[in-house]
Amino acid sequence: MPNMSLKKVPMPAQEPHIRNQNFDEVALGYTPEMAIEEATRCLNCKHRPCVSGCPVQVNIPDFIQLIIKRDFEGAYQCIRETNLLPAICGRVCPQENQCEAKCVRGIKGEPVAIGRLERFVADYHLAKGEERVEKPESNGIKVAVIGSGPSGLSCAYDLAKLGYEVTIFEAFHSPGGVLIYGIPEFRLPKRIVEHEINNLLKLGVSIQTNMVIGKVLTIDELMEMGYKAVYVATGAGTPNFLNIPGESLIGVYSANEYLTRINLMKAYNPQYDTPIRQGKNIAVIGGGNVAMDAARCAKRLGAENVYIIYRRGEEEMPARLEEIHHAKEEGIIFKLLTNPVKIHGNEKNEVKAIECVTMELGEPDASGRRRPIPVPDSNHLIEVDTVIVAIGTSPNPLIRKTTKGIETDKWGCIVVDEKMATTRPGVYAGGDAVTGSATVILAMGAGKIAAKSIHEYLTNQLS
Amino acid sequence: MYEIIRKEKLNPTITLLEIKAPFIAKKAQAGQFIILRIDEYGERIPLTIADFDREKGTVTIVFQELGYSTKLLGTLNAGDHILDFVGPLGVPTHFGDAKNVCVIGGGVGCAIAYPQAKTLYQNSVNVTGIMGFRNKELVFFEEEMKKVTNKLYICTDNGSYKEKGLVTDVLKRLIEAGENFDLVIAIGPVLMMKYVSLLTKQYNIKTIVSLNPIMIDGTGMCGGCRVVVNNETKFACVDGPDFDGHLVDFDDLFMRLQSYTSQEQEANSHECRLLGGKRNA
Ligand SMILES: Cc1cc2nc3c(=O)[nH]c(=O)nc-3n(C[C@H](O)[C@H](O)[C@H](O)COP(=O)(O)OP(=O)(O)OC[C@H]3O[C@@H](n4cnc5c(N)ncnc54)[C@H](O)[C@@H]3O)c2cc1C
Ligand SMILES: Cc1cc2nc3c(=O)[nH]c(=O)nc-3n(C[C@H](O)[C@H](O)[C@H](O)COP(=O)(O)OP(=O)(O)OC[C@H]3O[C@@H](n4cnc5c(N)ncnc54)[C@H](O)[C@@H]3O)c2cc1C
Ligand code: SF4
Ligand code: SF4
Ligand code: FES
Repeated sequence: MPNMSLKKVPMPAQEPHIRNQNFDEVALGYTPEMAIEEATRCLNCKHRPCVSGCPVQVNIPDFIQLIIKRDFEGAYQCIRETNLLPAICGRVCPQENQCEAKCVRGIKGEPVAIGRLERFVADYHLAKGEERVEKPESNGIKVAVIGSGPSGLSCAYDLAKLGYEVTIFEAFHSPGGVLIYGIPEFRLPKRIVEHEINNLLKLGVSIQTNMVIGKVLTIDELMEMGYKAVYVATGAGTPNFLNIPGESLIGVYSANEYLTRINLMKAYNPQYDTPIRQGKNIAVIGGGNVAMDAARCAKRLGAENVYIIYRRGEEEMPARLEEIHHAKEEGIIFKLLTNPVKIHGNEKNEVKAIECVTMELGEPDASGRRRPIPVPDSNHLIEVDTVIVAIGTSPNPLIRKTTKGIETDKWGCIVVDEKMATTRPGVYAGGDAVTGSATVILAMGAGKIAAKSIHEYLTNQLS
Repeated sequence: MYEIIRKEKLNPTITLLEIKAPFIAKKAQAGQFIILRIDEYGERIPLTIADFDREKGTVTIVFQELGYSTKLLGTLNAGDHILDFVGPLGVPTHFGDAKNVCVIGGGVGCAIAYPQAKTLYQNSVNVTGIMGFRNKELVFFEEEMKKVTNKLYICTDNGSYKEKGLVTDVLKRLIEAGENFDLVIAIGPVLMMKYVSLLTKQYNIKTIVSLNPIMIDGTGMCGGCRVVVNNETKFACVDGPDFDGHLVDFDDLFMRLQSYTSQEQEANSHECRLLGGKRNA
């Protein structure tokens, strides 16, 4: 008999006034009893609508039934058939737009907490400790993967499983891409990412850090060195700025710089040398996950007032629902329908205030969201000493600037076909480098498709 | 890990390290830089490739001990290792078809200007060097520069060595005396580059400057290195570090370089962590 509660089993979490002062994980995870209770809300629908909402078609009802049978390891293996990184996706997927959006239980009441259950089984598996990973027999064929974000990692994994000798080249000093330098510890503990990376190493994948492809080595040189195919997964990290007066003042950051200093270079840990501004009043511009992360980091570094300044309404915010809730609970102040027009500085050229106009929503625009328009004479000042710009990013420029024969569109996104093949034979691309900033699960999915295509390509080539 | 194979103190605050990095040595060109991180707790700091030896597989850096990280770097010795060493980054200097070039270095900028002079000189370009220092004690690289310039002028602010005056004084004199430079390369403090650019603008001589904004990744991902050139935002790490001196907004750059001044002063007071160059993690 299914559990007919209209609500999800609540997720245990650190209290807001405590967690907004530490970098430990916010959501603590279900216990086995909670997981089983939540799992029994699933109706095990024949037509499986939830599965069609998941970009990698996780066998959702099947893994949930295994949870009910207390076969947590079986549930984990079931998810792993299509999803390489369940511990990560369970935490960061925008479930409310994907799997859970399609769940029939969501028609009346809350959908089944698919993300939380996915996280539960993955954490159960992780808690069992070291995994035995069999290194497959090598076929001696070398493939290069550029970028170690979720897209590069998943492509490397699938290729290594097929016996290829895979080398990942990463520009930063640590692998993981946005999972390491962008998404903060309190939302995605780094040990989880490190665990997955260790498994890759055990599979025989080699990861070379400090390798900026396009500079240290070019794709042509990789080919000359005997790599038979290349997967470009360099992400979309180049920050956009507002182009308003005052953006060069001291105390104006891109969210990427701010988050990199904090997450990758651990500015919150006094053992590290990384400097960061300890602002008192901080404005974060934008309404996506990146803006929420920057705002919540700022609060944790001791800021008194942190404002999210967003030009549309809350409904239009692209951030995950859970992050918006968490941010509010932690005391982040939302200034919606507000758009910055100028940053003011003091005599030392430090940020002193941000000048904004009030917006109202007009007709829907190309994105289907209602277009914000400024209200005349609504200029007002908000006093801040730090401004963090989180209004989106574009694909990283280096490969495009240094490689011939790879077509990109006017936004700098690499052009690929449905097999993730670029316009250059043997070179494939996927993830944010192709789509512009998107999601972890889409980047991962693209990596899997690319691995399959590369395998086909090389099988034909070499036979 | 990257091994330091030679260390030389060039003056009381400027140190040279030669580092084993064959991949980078193979690719390096004048105008490019590296980013290094001393150890697990370190900042990422950008330094210009002052020289390279493709056969030995080494890269030379010359740095001023300014803040916490460069001081820590100064405590390392031959045989020690640096954890991360990334490069070559940035776009190599584009000399065009210049035939008569004046290369100007100010302070530690002389080390950055050296590979430019060397490359030009090896390509049979007529190279005039001007090196400026605050005083005699700080002069370095004189012999090295002599070998890669046709004429070399040295000046000090207080006249304690060679000419008294600023690099702009020497440059102005040379131009007025009829030197027909078709390119000036100026590398040094922001103010020096600004005044050289203002001067050469009057005479309409193309001028390249090398900018040193704060950098983190060096691959175009943080925007920390943004500079305003010709009223457009550019990222010095991927679009530069060289830019047309007549188009750079130097005041904007000067302002942005002050960002961490107060925190650096604080870090500098933690001298205990510098002792012996090893950290008590
Ligand atoms: C702060 C933040 C929060 C986010 N929150 C969420 C969330 O909650 N849920 C969600 O689904 N998505 C989220 N995203 C988006 C998600 O992280 C990305 O869509 C995803 O990481 C893209 O993966 P990728 O592998 O394509 O690229 P990335 O993760 O960006 O990895 C690219 C890697 O390539 C490296 N690289 C770049 N250029 C080179 C080069 N020339 N040579 C070598 N290496 C290079 C980079 O250093 C990087 O490590 C968030 C993003 C950010 C920035
Ligand atoms: C492309 C590039 C090439 C460079 N080449 C050289 C070089 O060959 N030799 C050399 O001595 N220096 C060079 N620099 C400057 C060097 O990177 C900085 O001096 C160094 O990062 C300071 O580190 P620190 O921790 O010791 O000092 P900090 O403790 O960080 O700072 C001390 C002072 O220097 C300022 N500062 C901080 N970062 C920078 C920066 N990136 N550039 C300039 N000033 C900064 C601070 O505002 C502060 O006033 C270069 C910078 C760039 C961007
Ligand atoms: S991978 Fe993401 S979308 Fe797919 S089932 Fe898991 S949480 Fe849902
Ligand atoms: S749609 Fe919801 S209830 Fe139906 S199988 Fe999927 S998760 Fe279970
Ligand atoms: S150093 Fe980060 S964009 Fe240039």
